[in-house]
Amino acid sequence: MRWTLPDFLLRPWRTIAGPSRYLSLGFLTLGGFAAGVMFWGGFNTALEITNTEKFCTSCHEMRDNVYEELKTTIHFTNRSGVRATCPDCHVPHNWTDKIARKMQASKEVWGKIFGTIDTRDKFVEKRRELAEHEWARLKANNSLECRNCHSAESMDITKQGARASRIHQQYLFTGQRTCIDCHKGIAHRLPDMNGVPPGWSEASNDTNEPITRWLAEAPTGPNPHAAR
Amino acid sequence: MRRHHLVAVVAALPCLVPALLSAQNTAQTTGPARLDSPFRPPVNFTDNNAAPPIPADVTDDRRVARNYPEQPPVIPHNIRDYQIGLNNNQCLTCHSRQYTGASQAPMISITHYVDREGQTLGAVSPRRYFCLECHVPQTQVQPVVPNTFKDVDSMISRPSDGGDRR
Repeated sequence: MRWTLPDFLLRPWRTIAGPSRYLSLGFLTLGGFAAGVMFWGGFNTALEITNTEKFCTSCHEMRDNVYEELKTTIHFTNRSGVRATCPDCHVPHNWTDKIARKMQASKEVWGKIFGTIDTRDKFVEKRRELAEHEWARLKANNSLECRNCHSAESMDITKQGARASRIHQQYLFTGQRTCIDCHKGIAHRLPDMNGVPPGWSEASNDTNEPITRWLAEAPTGPNPHAAR
Repeated sequence: MRRHHLVAVVAALPCLVPALLSAQNTAQTTGPARLDSPFRPPVNFTDNNAAPPIPADVTDDRRVARNYPEQPPVIPHNIRDYQIGLNNNQCLTCHSRQYTGASQAPMISITHYVDREGQTLGAVSPRRYFCLECHVPQTQVQPVVPNTFKDVDSMISRPSDGGDRR
């Protein structure tokens, strides 16, 4: 027995598969091209509009909580006047990753509609959970959004403090740790940090594991970091 | 006309004399009138004087000796945006007892674990929680008021006057 499509699918399929009866090939190709440009351009423009600080802070949840907190930090005000906006840290630059993040953000639209964090108390209550999502995201992508601006290659450790220089060489350059492990709360107030070990500690990968190796393993010899 | 002038001058005399005297006084002092307070720059309090530049923090990571034993040690590193509050105390992620081995930061002293009844607690006592109440970073600035404080060692080691205290 021959297998056939049901009638309600067969009809549209025949229409699409058949040649154009009234419209010219030129109209279809050029019109299709123009419509494609308009659709794609419109889509990306709309996407970019949702990728601005103005859009983020148009909701009071963002404007009154996290944006206010950002204003005092070095990522908002500093000597050179270069600053990070919300999407610089919270939206990946790469297109596919960006679309994935935007699809996740549809949950945030849900939260906005149903007022998940529409008061300060609700926001403070949820702060740890929200922060943990961001920590997990940055941990998983090796602090990609930090590294869009801060590159380990361009980092002049001689300009850093002795502590920072030592820790960066030992932990960042070797890839044992990523930015977010130590630099939590650099742009917003921290949640209740009970049970969150310091980033440099060995326990930061596994909370059940005790701190076993010490940060201050004494550097020996003229170039203590050559062996690491 | 002449008579009117004279009357006017005589009438204005009680106002003019103090004004003239004070003008003479300010003319004697050189430059702008200086107020006597050592805490104040030499400008009148009614003037809008430019704010002095904000000095840079000392962030060389070198411990500073205490001037007297009870002095809270000063902070030799940058503490911008360090968060101390209900949720966490960022200073303690290096300076609390359990992390000093790893961070090699100076441990907060045992007095910070003692509450006001003299009970030693397992963690930092609430009254000692806000580090910046006592410990502060230093800036590269000359003190406004000269300080002639001498520590106890220099007092002990100064040449003796042989008990002659006249």
